[in-house]
Amino acid sequence: MEFHPRRWVRQAGGVSLPEPSRRDTRLDSYVDAYAERTHGLQVSAVRALFAVANRPEVVSLAGGMPNITDLPREALAKAVDRLITDRGTQAMQYGSGQGEPFMRDRIVEVMAEEDVHAHADDVVVTCGSQQALDLVTRVFCDPGDVVLAEGPSYVGALGTFHAYQCEVVHIGMDDEGIDPVALRVALVSLRAAGRRVKFLYTIPNFQNPTGVTQTLRRRHEVIAIAREYDLLIVEDNPYGLLTLDAEPLPALRSLDADHVLYLGSFSKIFAPGFRVGWALAPHAVREKLVLTQEAATLCPPVFSQFAIATYLDEFDWRAQIDVFRGMYRERRDAMMSGLTQHMPEGTTWTHPTGGFFVWVTLPEGLDSQAMLPRAVNARVAYTTGTAFYADGLGSRNMRLSFCFPTPERILEGTRRLGEVMEQELQLHRTFGLGSEPLRHHDLTAGPAPDIS
Amino acid sequence: MNSSSHGPIVVLAGGLSHEREVSLRSGRRVAQALRDQGREVVESDVNPGLIDLLGSLERPVAFPVLHGGVGEDGGLQQVLTLLGVPYVGSEPAACRRSFNKAVAGPLAAQAGLARPRQAALPHDMFRELGAAHLVQALGDRIGYPMMVKPARSGSALGCSRVDTAEAVPSAMVGAYAYGDLAVVEEFVEGTEVAVTVVELDGRPEPLPAVEIRPNSGIYDYTARYTAGETRFITPAEVPDEVAAACAALAVAAHTVLGLRDLSRADIIVRPDGTPVLIETNSAPGMTETSLVPLAVEAAGDDFGLLCARLVDNAWARHAG
Repeated sequence: MEFHPRRWVRQAGGVSLPEPSRRDTRLDSYVDAYAERTHGLQVSAVRALFAVANRPEVVSLAGGMPNITDLPREALAKAVDRLITDRGTQAMQYGSGQGEPFMRDRIVEVMAEEDVHAHADDVVVTCGSQQALDLVTRVFCDPGDVVLAEGPSYVGALGTFHAYQCEVVHIGMDDEGIDPVALRVALVSLRAAGRRVKFLYTIPNFQNPTGVTQTLRRRHEVIAIAREYDLLIVEDNPYGLLTLDAEPLPALRSLDADHVLYLGSFSKIFAPGFRVGWALAPHAVREKLVLTQEAATLCPPVFSQFAIATYLDEFDWRAQIDVFRGMYRERRDAMMSGLTQHMPEGTTWTHPTGGFFVWVTLPEGLDSQAMLPRAVNARVAYTTGTAFYADGLGSRNMRLSFCFPTPERILEGTRRLGEVMEQELQLHRTFGLGSEPLRHHDLTAGPAPDIS
Repeated sequence: MNSSSHGPIVVLAGGLSHEREVSLRSGRRVAQALRDQGREVVESDVNPGLIDLLGSLERPVAFPVLHGGVGEDGGLQQVLTLLGVPYVGSEPAACRRSFNKAVAGPLAAQAGLARPRQAALPHDMFRELGAAHLVQALGDRIGYPMMVKPARSGSALGCSRVDTAEAVPSAMVGAYAYGDLAVVEEFVEGTEVAVTVVELDGRPEPLPAVEIRPNSGIYDYTARYTAGETRFITPAEVPDEVAAACAALAVAAHTVLGLRDLSRADIIVRPDGTPVLIETNSAPGMTETSLVPLAVEAAGDDFGLLCARLVDNAWARHAG
């Protein structure tokens, strides 16, 4: 068969005109068949701008990938080799829906590092803590139910809540974490309005995206509110052991076992590719989570559980966390110093004592979403603040991550970002733009998980 | 089919532009279509390894599928010319002319093609002359509603419709985030159509016009690349003489800008039936939701065959 454009051409007034077949299409045969919850899952122009982030020319302060180059890979390779040779028939077989018993025992040991004392029976292993959040939301939330979350909050959690058609109500925070007064007011007014508030989702340690840690006083206040109003707290704690300046604070779960459902993960203290996280839940909830897990995946990744247990047994994982801490501390310090050197006047930022992120508030009038193309031109990327709000706020903010780039690259990134902001400020002055922050509603504006 | 004459086809996609994601999608589609035709394909980003890659291949033919930046402004085509690697698509100068809206618009208008009123302004003019005066002048000269666009970008990125003078500043700031030059154009109300032009033996031929009806009413980035968000009708539901005028306009724009092989004209047909040329793309999108593949299909032909013929054509031009 040859391509013959003239085959379908006829002449009309000297101009070649086609004799085509008619087609009327939206290029998706199922467009009218999707569930209500699928609405809004669209291609995002903001997200598309991150596509350049993984190119080496670009300093990406956008993603949240941990730096795992320091792991002892050769020794790990030998251990995994032995695992397959000696126990491969178990490790590559189906496993328990709740997770392998040896894995849950190890998880209990890991949680004890943060004063969380639990029984392996109450642990449900999941495909990353992201799946734990999915299962918890599936078990608790009907469409229209309310989930409380810090404002701003983790973009991946907002996506999960949206998938189950929950309404997210943000609770304000300051440099001590979530505001208990605002929490109480929201809870009382929502309940008075007949709304079903299912839980508070909170990241007490080095919160994503702000890097802020709840003080111990705040933790007690939040727990007191939970007890007074019988509110379930979902505590998401992926970064808790990545403290950079002090010992970890007690987890909310360590202060109250009845009102707190705790989510943990090996992604940051070991490696995210294994996709192993967990939920620690009161036993009645745990039963439902296990059955829901079986319905979702039959069982969490078995091979990954064998591999992680092998790592915990045969390697000094506590010392490895210390290595990680030293590496991230250097990067956090580079970020702080870069911001101090390069941010224009009127910019403020948080001072994280752990984790991966810093939250920057731009000078009045600047819009991080409108500025992102300019940053891409300057070969630097960040995540716009709007990604972390369900209600369109956050245009004056951006999240910068210090986990993946080297300290030198972080310094260079902040230098580029400073120039971008200066140019944008100059343009704003030229046009005399107001300071009213714009709202941007975009459910998919956060970076994909494989963005550096 | 005799394809032994040339070596591997190097599909170039990605790049560092704002449209990297679109380009990667286009590249995958073109590469797959060529492989389905039994052709040997190598996919590559535009990066420091590219020149070594081209040097390592016997008789390569390049198929650039880059949107925005060096792939569309002629930079990459210039490099391929210097390296003596034949490629599909327009020559460097033509790419530069068509990619820059502040150049292509006036060229088309001077050639007598119907175009919206346009003004092109670099950002520092506003600083030096005072924004308020220029905004006033734009309102007087272009009128509302108007479209504000970056001069060098695609996929509607940075474009906004402005209805009042108060909304001009934020639209200009949005466009300048993409580059230092912006164009302001009269907003043309009407039916949106796209006409693909294919040139295989020295004569540009129009494919059937594709009519675009976005669900949201605005053919923005989301409407372009989310399947289901836009209704496409081929051939466009316009009278025969209007279809003929659109085809003629697309071919004329292709010729005026000196384009080669393939181009796509974006046109709006006014309610009175007059087609107005919005822009011409020398590197049109080739994604699953793009207009060129729809036009090829509407013409009763195969997208892969077209890609293969374009490669053979480029090789023949080089070898001949």
